[in-house]
Amino acid sequence: MSDQAQLLPGTLDLLILKAVSLGPLHGYGVLLRIAQITGQALLIEQGALYPALFRLVRQGLLQAEWGTSENNRRAKFYELTTAGRKRFMEETESWNRISSAMTAALAAQAEEV
Amino acid sequence: MKLPAYFSTPVARYFRRSEIADEMADELHSHIELRADDLERSGLDRAMAERRARVEFGARERYVEESLEALGGNFFDTLVRDVRLAVRVLRKSPGFLIAAVFTLALAIGANAVVFGIMDGLILRPLQVPQVERLLGTHYGDGSGFQAYPNYRDLRDHNHSFEDVAAFNMVFVGLDTGNDPAAATGFSATGNYFDVLRIHPYLGRFFHPSDERGPNSAPYLVLTYAYWHSRFQDDRGVIGRVVQLDKHPYTIIGVAPPGFQGTILFVAPDFFMPIVNQEQVSPEGSLTSRGSIHSIFDTFGRLKPGVTPAQATDDVNAIGASLAKTYPREVSHTATTLLRPGLTAFTDPARAFVGGLMLLSGLILLAACANLGSLFAAHAADRSREVALRLALGSSRRRILRQLLTEALLISLAGGALGLMASFALLRKLSTWQPFAGAPLHIPVSPDAKLYIVAVALAVVSGLLFGIVPVRQVMRANPYEIVRAGSSPRFGRRMTLRDVLLVVQIAICAVLVTSSMVAVRGLVRSLKSNFGFEPRNTMLLGANLGMAGYEADRVLPTQKRLIDAMKSIPGVEQVGLVNNYPPLVYTAAFRANVFKDDTRDMSNANAAAAPYKYEVSPGYFEAAGTHLLTGRTFAWHDDKDAPPVAVANAEFARKMFGSVAGAVGKFCRRQNGVRLQIVGVVEDGKYLGLTDDHEPAIFLPTPQAPLNNGYLVVLSRRDPEELAAAMRSKAHDVDSGLPVDVRSWTSMLSVVLFPGRMATAALGVLGLMGAILSITGIFGMAAYSVSKRMRELGIRMALGAKRTEVLKAALGRAVRLLTVGSAAGLILGIMASRLLVYIVYQATSRDPIVLAGVVLAMSLLGLLATWIPAQRALSVNPVILLREE
Repeated sequence: MSDQAQLLPGTLDLLILKAVSLGPLHGYGVLLRIAQITGQALLIEQGALYPALFRLVRQGLLQAEWGTSENNRRAKFYELTTAGRKRFMEETESWNRISSAMTAALAAQAEEV
Repeated sequence: MKLPAYFSTPVARYFRRSEIADEMADELHSHIELRADDLERSGLDRAMAERRARVEFGARERYVEESLEALGGNFFDTLVRDVRLAVRVLRKSPGFLIAAVFTLALAIGANAVVFGIMDGLILRPLQVPQVERLLGTHYGDGSGFQAYPNYRDLRDHNHSFEDVAAFNMVFVGLDTGNDPAAATGFSATGNYFDVLRIHPYLGRFFHPSDERGPNSAPYLVLTYAYWHSRFQDDRGVIGRVVQLDKHPYTIIGVAPPGFQGTILFVAPDFFMPIVNQEQVSPEGSLTSRGSIHSIFDTFGRLKPGVTPAQATDDVNAIGASLAKTYPREVSHTATTLLRPGLTAFTDPARAFVGGLMLLSGLILLAACANLGSLFAAHAADRSREVALRLALGSSRRRILRQLLTEALLISLAGGALGLMASFALLRKLSTWQPFAGAPLHIPVSPDAKLYIVAVALAVVSGLLFGIVPVRQVMRANPYEIVRAGSSPRFGRRMTLRDVLLVVQIAICAVLVTSSMVAVRGLVRSLKSNFGFEPRNTMLLGANLGMAGYEADRVLPTQKRLIDAMKSIPGVEQVGLVNNYPPLVYTAAFRANVFKDDTRDMSNANAAAAPYKYEVSPGYFEAAGTHLLTGRTFAWHDDKDAPPVAVANAEFARKMFGSVAGAVGKFCRRQNGVRLQIVGVVEDGKYLGLTDDHEPAIFLPTPQAPLNNGYLVVLSRRDPEELAAAMRSKAHDVDSGLPVDVRSWTSMLSVVLFPGRMATAALGVLGLMGAILSITGIFGMAAYSVSKRMRELGIRMALGAKRTEVLKAALGRAVRLLTVGSAAGLILGIMASRLLVYIVYQATSRDPIVLAGVVLAMSLLGLLATWIPAQRALSVNPVILLREE
């Protein structure tokens, strides 16, 4: 587990939006999807997911519906709303900008200054 | 393993679970199941998998909280959850809960009752429009406006009032047709209801247009209560004729409900025009300018723009000019105008209520101190729980809110309990008739204001003691506490609790001291020499006016009554006194007396103003008043004999220099009549218990007959039997005469009333203070013993003696008790000086009081530390050390 990184503040929401953008998921499914797409690199305590999910629902970015899971358990499935999809695009874009700026900044060498 | 235990407590079931919380629980449950499924597939058995899933999920309670918050759980939801948790926590420590709620109920109840009394007596004056514009002179203020002609001059010549009304009290026999019963009324000027601006419930009121000279307006207006009780709400009562002291009067109206005249603590039965007053009250002359019995209070409605100070100056100027114009009859001392309602009792009532408020405020303070230390101890006991919650990720804000919710919950419960108790008490008070047969009542009626005050007090005190443990929580370091176990170090927070406890014990000691001073004062005043012997003496009040007796027929009838009483077996002496006997209804008359050689009988030349009593032969013997020299009266001291008088010792000394030298000397009354002193009797108390060697003069009834008086009957027979015999004998003399038979001792209750009330109030408050300090000391001692159990165990294991263990366990509590009691005793003695004004002969320089307080406080301490001491002594070092 020691090679797992702590989540940067604010990134959990974006990860959830990303995970859900690929198709409706229940909470546990969101966790599995994030683990999958990040290559198990990020540590998220399971319970911590839910406050974030509810926050996104409240902001109208996600909508939830009860359904049945693949192994026949009742579960609540989340998917993006239109507003959620729009927000996801914006957030992705701004993350890309920040991250490329950060990467460039950290890669700077003495002679380039 | 269905829902989180949090949602399945009985308390939670009681509150309807919100759907959101339900759904959330379902969702989290589903998450754990799904995770467990995965874990099961990786080879774990089901139980193991579920356990693991729950562990991986993390701090569920915290996430539920945060999720609800993320959903924007509204204020009410959060509140409900806080309350649920608070209830659950409080249920776990019932001892603390009961102590806290009870303490608070006591304090809130006491304050609500006092507020109710203040509201009734001071805040809420008469229920009439714009009562704040009503001002007037009051009974006994010496302003001269208790005489009707002077009142008329005031009414017609003032520049301050729109109109001025006046009223007096009359006591009559009211006969609706062969059922004469005593009734109390107000005789009021025609403009009385107009100045008050109230309207009748039925029929009409009387007005100035009804007044056409003496006895021209035989009309009655009933109060709503009397209409209800005597006339059974009969609407046909208007126009009916009833007999008032054998004179016909027509009922013309019924006053609105809730209007009980213009004296707050007197509930009259009816109102009648004052122009008819002389018919039913021979004292109430409407022509004499020197009378002080024709009017009780005057009051007027201020003109717009006139200030009370201007009105006072105006009234005093008129009084002064009347005194100048009629120097022989009118005397005027400057007065301060007061609102009608409490009349001459305005200041004492304010002082009494003020004192009560001070004391009940102290009780509240003591209760808060008590609760503060209870809460601090409770918080200290929970420091481990709080630390754990902090360590598990709960925010300090959340925990503080939780503590405050608990505090508020307790204060509201205590407040509700206290309020219920005070409502019950106030309702009792409002229907309470302190003196049988007298129309007195305590004007309290609990209303919405009381709720507001009680709830406000509860919330404020809740917040006050709720914040005591806040500092503890804010400073709590979870790692320290969890690692070290409950801290055995007594840090600064103990000092705060110590201070609270000392303050509380001091307050309690103040209350105990004052109540003891009051009780001692009361006992002493009961034992003091009244100048007569009320024990074994019955009084028979007979107002012959009520049966229509006038002038010449009065004296023979009174003599027949006296002889009838004498014929009862076992009766030793019988006498008659006009009006009221000494110390009855705080009613006594004074008369100006002049030196024999004085010729100008104006008030300024009077040599003395002794109390004046008219008594029949046999009175002194029946009353047990000792004759010092000379003789008492005989039946031959009648109209044809020279006027004589008996003086008391003080009067004899004042007028003639000595008791022995007074007999045979002469003095004069204001009307010039020359009185010869034939005897001197001992001094006594006349108007009130505080009388200190007041002069008094006694005249023989045969020379000054009056149709209203009391027969004094001395007998050692059983009072009940005697009273029945007296009633039947009086009935034999005149079956239409309403009589009132009571023992003299019971009639003293009126003069003893203020002292008794003060003593009772102080006693109750002192008791409350005592209970509070017991719980306070007990809490402190029990807490310190439980905190130091391990230390005590080690001490005992190392061979400490029992006394040493006790000293270690309770030394602190006892020291605090001593310091607090000493401070309280000193303060109490200082405070008791104030009591002298209410309770006669109250003195704090009384060794019995001092010893009593010390004894009481030691007993309280012993009582409160007994159980903790037993617990400290029963420590079993082996078990205790093994457990830890």
